[in-house]
Amino acid sequence: MATTTNTNVVESTPARTSLRPRFGWLGDRALATLFIAPTMVLLLAIAIFPLIWSLFLSFNKFSIIKDAAKGPVWIGLANYGSLLTDGDVWARFGTTARFVISSVAIEFLVGFALALLLNRNFKGRGVIMTLMLVPMMLSPLIVALFWGYMYRPDAGVIDYYIHNVFGLPAVLWLTDLRTAMWALVIVDVWQWTPFIMLIALAGLSAVPQYLYEAAEVDRASGWFKFWNITLPLVTPLLLIAVLFRSMDAYKMFDQAYALTGGGPNHTTEVLSIYLYQMAFRDFNTGKGSALGYIMLVVIIALANLLIRVLNQLRADSR
Amino acid sequence: MLNFGSRRFWHMVGEVLFWAGLSAAFVFFMFPLYWMLITSIKARTEVTLLPPTYFPYIDFRPVLDNYLAVFTKASELGSISVSTTSRNVEISTFPGILLNSIVIGGSTTVLAVVLGTLAAYAFSRFRIRGEGDLLFFILSTRMLPPIVVLIPIFLMFIAVNLRDSYIGITLLYITTGLPFVVWMMKGFFDDIPKEYEEAAMIDGYSRLDAIWKIVIPEALPAMLATAVFVLITAWNEFVFVQILNPSKATTVPPFLYGIIGYGQIEWGRMAATSVVFLLPIVIFTFLVRNHLLRGVTFGAVRR
Repeated sequence: MATTTNTNVVESTPARTSLRPRFGWLGDRALATLFIAPTMVLLLAIAIFPLIWSLFLSFNKFSIIKDAAKGPVWIGLANYGSLLTDGDVWARFGTTARFVISSVAIEFLVGFALALLLNRNFKGRGVIMTLMLVPMMLSPLIVALFWGYMYRPDAGVIDYYIHNVFGLPAVLWLTDLRTAMWALVIVDVWQWTPFIMLIALAGLSAVPQYLYEAAEVDRASGWFKFWNITLPLVTPLLLIAVLFRSMDAYKMFDQAYALTGGGPNHTTEVLSIYLYQMAFRDFNTGKGSALGYIMLVVIIALANLLIRVLNQLRADSR
Repeated sequence: MLNFGSRRFWHMVGEVLFWAGLSAAFVFFMFPLYWMLITSIKARTEVTLLPPTYFPYIDFRPVLDNYLAVFTKASELGSISVSTTSRNVEISTFPGILLNSIVIGGSTTVLAVVLGTLAAYAFSRFRIRGEGDLLFFILSTRMLPPIVVLIPIFLMFIAVNLRDSYIGITLLYITTGLPFVVWMMKGFFDDIPKEYEEAAMIDGYSRLDAIWKIVIPEALPAMLATAVFVLITAWNEFVFVQILNPSKATTVPPFLYGIIGYGQIEWGRMAATSVVFLLPIVIFTFLVRNHLLRGVTFGAVRR
């Protein structure tokens, strides 16, 4: 090895020096700046600057339509005050929490169960795994539109089975107060369970086989092996998956927008729909910015909390 | 005789439950996909027919009318497959919109991956003051719910006249893609030994030469995998285009929403449009499926 490197140096040095390395005058320091600058400039201009602007607007009375000529008027904390004392806002937080908790919980249970099922060798495993990935690749909007077709009470295939085949009372999925939220949860579960499954499978395949073999020697039951070997080792990874999913479910917009538009009677009006209507239907730009900031603070707090729990669990499992 | 206490009996019960669970899951997850494909080749009268039909050539006759309706203006007249002679063969607006999706998605992907890879390389190889803070800052921009930043971006784009333009939405998508590229590629660069470039630099390569000739070829598979995720995000995005580019540089998702939005709902045409729109992504995804896991978890899971 050493000799080959040596000959390389001997052979290539004269050729290279005669060519003079291109841009040799660019030092590492300059390169570092040059490489990072475009990314930072874009993030500052298109992510951070708008956020600062929106923070400013949240302290103003401003409507892009009505006050376009007049400009924003400073009202201090009045937007935040009126939002936080508004029962509607709290109700939307409740709706969002209901959506996030029910969809992530079901995705977690089904996804983990599926990973346990798929965590063995059998014919067709590869095909099933690959096909299960397709839902994740689809546009959430298209998924929602298509489920809308399947949910239809007159021509939808789901209700055909419920009503005509099994003889149960027909379900008006998207317009019934009791089922509208579940209709959205089912769509989310359909699209994102494979995500949890994928991560859980990665975790399961990383559990060292010798642990099971040792337990086998001690005649441990399957249940014991699951609780004492599998679960503790997979939990940290599963929590990452739950963290990602919860943050995404909190942002959910497309599905509710396309399927229910927040109805019936606000039962599916999650925060992002509520904010959208405030800012782009009623054009309450200032108040909308304030609500955006409240949403932001809540998500950052929750993410930090989840990350802390995650680190705690990781430390415990070591 | 069945022996209920025997190991074999319980093994068989396990097998049955295993296949039952797997089949149930398979049907639940695959049925909508199958249904979309089937709907796209059904005749207009067949689409809303109950009881539904399931198998082409067996209980219904597959037709390509819906695909024709995607690309031509025929279906907008509502007379498709009735009289072939009077069929209007003008090209529909869809190809143009698909082209928008391709242009915006393509340039977003190339630029985000190139810029992000450079930054990731710098973070991985050079000493940078406050590196941890910068990286966390980059990641944190990813947490923002899009609807929250939409208000100020909407105002900003109006102010600088970027609304309804290709440049505006592309810059926005690049910015949403960048944190992901930086984090993913930094992980990959951290895994490539430094010694490769150092050896090349001893041989007289400049740092840029070493990056171009040694590092980039090594990182190319990772860059492609990352690119697919950036493309999927930009390709599927809805709310930003819907608000920022309502008419000119609009993409397929808002177009599809429009099909459903007003008038008579043509589910067959909608399904066919979706299939055409999904095809590129599905193909790309299958090509890089081995890198998928790392991608969906933002690099948190390593293989």
